[in-house]
Amino acid sequence: MKRWLSVLRTPLGLTASVLSAGVLVLAVLAPILWTDDANAVDTGNILAGPSADHWAGTDNLGRDIFYRTLVATRLSVELALAATAVAVVVGLLLGTASFLLGRRIGRLVNAAVNIAVAFPGILLALFFAVIFGVGATGAVFAIGLAGAPAFGRLTQTLVASVGARDYVSAARVAGVGRVRLLFRHVLPNVSEPLVVNATIGAGGALLSFAGLSFLGLGVQQPHYDWGRLLYDGISSIYVNPYAALAPGAAVIVAGLAFNLFGESVAKALGVGVVGGVPALPPSPDALEVEERPAERHHDHDDVVLDVRDLTVTFPGPEGPIHPVRGISFAVRRGEAVGVVGESGSGKSLTALAVSRLVGDPGRVEASRLELLGADLRASDTRAQRHLLGTSLSMVFQDPMTSFNPTQRMGGQLAEVARHHQGLGRRAALARAVDRLRSVRITDPEHRAHQYPHEFSGGMRQRAMIGMGLMGTPALIVADEPTTALDVTVQQQVLDLLTSIRAAEDVALVLISHDVTVVGEVCDRVLVMYAGTIVEDLPAADLAASARHPYTRALLAAVPDMHTDLDAPLATVPGRPVDPADVPVGCAFAARCPLATDRCLAEQPPLETDAAGLRVACWHAGEPIDIAIQDREQVDAR
Amino acid sequence: MTHPMRELRFEDVTVRYGHTTAVDGVSLTVPAGHVVGLVGESGSGKSTLARAAVGLAPMHGGRILLDGEPVPTRGRNRPLQMVFQDPYSSLDPRMSIGESVAEAIPPGASRADRRAEVGRLLELVHLDPARAAARPSELSGGQRQRVALARALAGRPAVVIADEITSALDVSIQGAVLNLVRELQRELGLSMLFISHNLAVVRYVATHVAVMHHGRIVEEGPTAQVLAAPDHDYTRELLAAVPGTQHTKGSPR
Repeated sequence: MKRWLSVLRTPLGLTASVLSAGVLVLAVLAPILWTDDANAVDTGNILAGPSADHWAGTDNLGRDIFYRTLVATRLSVELALAATAVAVVVGLLLGTASFLLGRRIGRLVNAAVNIAVAFPGILLALFFAVIFGVGATGAVFAIGLAGAPAFGRLTQTLVASVGARDYVSAARVAGVGRVRLLFRHVLPNVSEPLVVNATIGAGGALLSFAGLSFLGLGVQQPHYDWGRLLYDGISSIYVNPYAALAPGAAVIVAGLAFNLFGESVAKALGVGVVGGVPALPPSPDALEVEERPAERHHDHDDVVLDVRDLTVTFPGPEGPIHPVRGISFAVRRGEAVGVVGESGSGKSLTALAVSRLVGDPGRVEASRLELLGADLRASDTRAQRHLLGTSLSMVFQDPMTSFNPTQRMGGQLAEVARHHQGLGRRAALARAVDRLRSVRITDPEHRAHQYPHEFSGGMRQRAMIGMGLMGTPALIVADEPTTALDVTVQQQVLDLLTSIRAAEDVALVLISHDVTVVGEVCDRVLVMYAGTIVEDLPAADLAASARHPYTRALLAAVPDMHTDLDAPLATVPGRPVDPADVPVGCAFAARCPLATDRCLAEQPPLETDAAGLRVACWHAGEPIDIAIQDREQVDAR
Repeated sequence: MTHPMRELRFEDVTVRYGHTTAVDGVSLTVPAGHVVGLVGESGSGKSTLARAAVGLAPMHGGRILLDGEPVPTRGRNRPLQMVFQDPYSSLDPRMSIGESVAEAIPPGASRADRRAEVGRLLELVHLDPARAAARPSELSGGQRQRVALARALAGRPAVVIADEITSALDVSIQGAVLNLVRELQRELGLSMLFISHNLAVVRYVATHVAVMHHGRIVEEGPTAQVLAAPDHDYTRELLAAVPGTQHTKGSPR
């Protein structure tokens, strides 16, 4: 309901809604108020032009055209709605036939609908008008049936997509019948686009009806709708142009009102949360990107990526949301850093922010964000794109969507070298083949000529990594690179990343929800919770010396091949923090067995200890039952 | 439970899509009161086998039997129930969770009985019965998966099929769902076909395991035995691929 109301928040939506409501009110009231005026015969004023008595003049019996136009609103709207109703009912029957009647009959119905859609609507309407005979009833069915195939086709597409969803399958498995399935699960979930299209269809039906009546195929005397008035008025257009213009204007206003109303509803519902989301105020330090050469590279020259106080902000309905809240870390040359956390912890946004891929309306702020000493906060220049294009490579989660399906793999890889390294076509392709070989794709010459769909998921992910290696990257950022892959393939991709890192001395930032994956590949692990880093420790020490209760809970929650089969798995109670509603104090306190009053009141800072490990917890390292249990398991092995 | 748990037996089941054979003559038994793990990579046919059992995929050969009787895949009586992988798409967003669960209860019960049954089922999966009016969007992924389990149990199944029910969940939630599966199995004596690509998860919940590869079962047996001494090369490959079993970098494991 709230989403429907949001239609009124745009100027166009508001205008269209007011107009549509006006037309409907007029349709109800006009015949009650003005029927007598419209039928009054003024024999002294036949075919008169506009005057103070008759604003739009009179017809051949001296009847007032303005009142007749107003009164005709009801019949015009009624007939348009009736025709729309016919179109909707027949369209729904056609569109749901394949769902109800099974595949074989459904296929026949669909073929018939597809053929009918190909005919122009007005031609179908004329055809049906001839069949049903001249008159209002015939015209209603003519226009209704002419609109049905298009509506049926839409319904069919929507029903097919919802019908394939798991909740429909689940209800089917529970033994729910087809008719009940349709009414309880399918139709409610496709109703919004259907209602929108029916509204737009009503506008179209109104216009078609005016057309049919104007041709003399619709409403007959003594009844009249706008089309009929237009037909009568056109014969005297040289005597009194307003006799045709008044009903013409009415058709346009009403048609536009319905169409625009439908369109604005479609827009409001399609966009999701509309209106109410204010844009972010301009960034206070957007202009503060100044060079500080003295401060730069003052220590460690081998730092590839240096991030300080990174914050990512998105506008929300109740003020800005900060999914990443001031994190700092550095990655050295050849180092592998893992970032783990639950969904919503901000780990993926961190990766996107580093690669400058956070788009509008999101905003990235940091007191330092440097790749190989170059400031990534600076504006988007050619030089910077070149640096990102050649020094940083990104591997995404879903290898199915990271390639253009219409281009050959070799060409897509070669494009990188042609764009950033200025290689010729042949040289770039040779490099692409070489890179495919380096990511262990067999027969790379042949494979380079294939399209993405001819590659398996694992091969595509390796090709994605190969694409990142077209330049000479200093850093590979891999965001859940193996989550969409099978276990056996996952292992190959992880091995590949490890060997590339060793061979080319590339730093790696590996983002994963799976702490075991990260522990296997990385030197160092950053644990993120609610947009902050809560612990930073060597991967080798994960099991032995994790101090933050969240890290320990994560480790204990994952079953491995040594988990005690008689004890229940450790769990993290509660649910992850909503970035729009981060509590004061420690964000993990609500789920933490060690939480005290201090945790609820004060956010613990990320403290660095003598060994360089960082942890943000007031009770770091204190024993927990779960931890004890976990340790016993480790000892027992 | 009106259906006592029964034995589910696949006999030489074949499923084809066009010219592709997704399941190729599979025979497999889920003994009454046991959890059988079915592992294999995506495309190996394990989900198709499950969908064939509940009538969502067409069978081209073989039989699926419950205690020797063919499994009904039409009508209200559905002794096989399935829990789907993605709890974000397996619950109707327009229905309250109570309605979703109630829908699967066999017809004939009075309104009050249904409500009581929904409450009992929600409690069984550790959800507050007072939340029956909540929409799926108000629930976390783990809570949704519990609702999906409750819905499967509402049909009073003889066997439950769980298709990758933890792979869409965060690790912190996965543990709770696995604990629940084990608890339900123990308390209700549930027979279950538990499909997963994660051997560590299967090891934790299943007493028997079957390994599927290219539409065929290549190895099956008691979980401990298969994992300790795998016979087939593919099983060995799967075992080697479990994270944390090889190239561990000096961790105490």
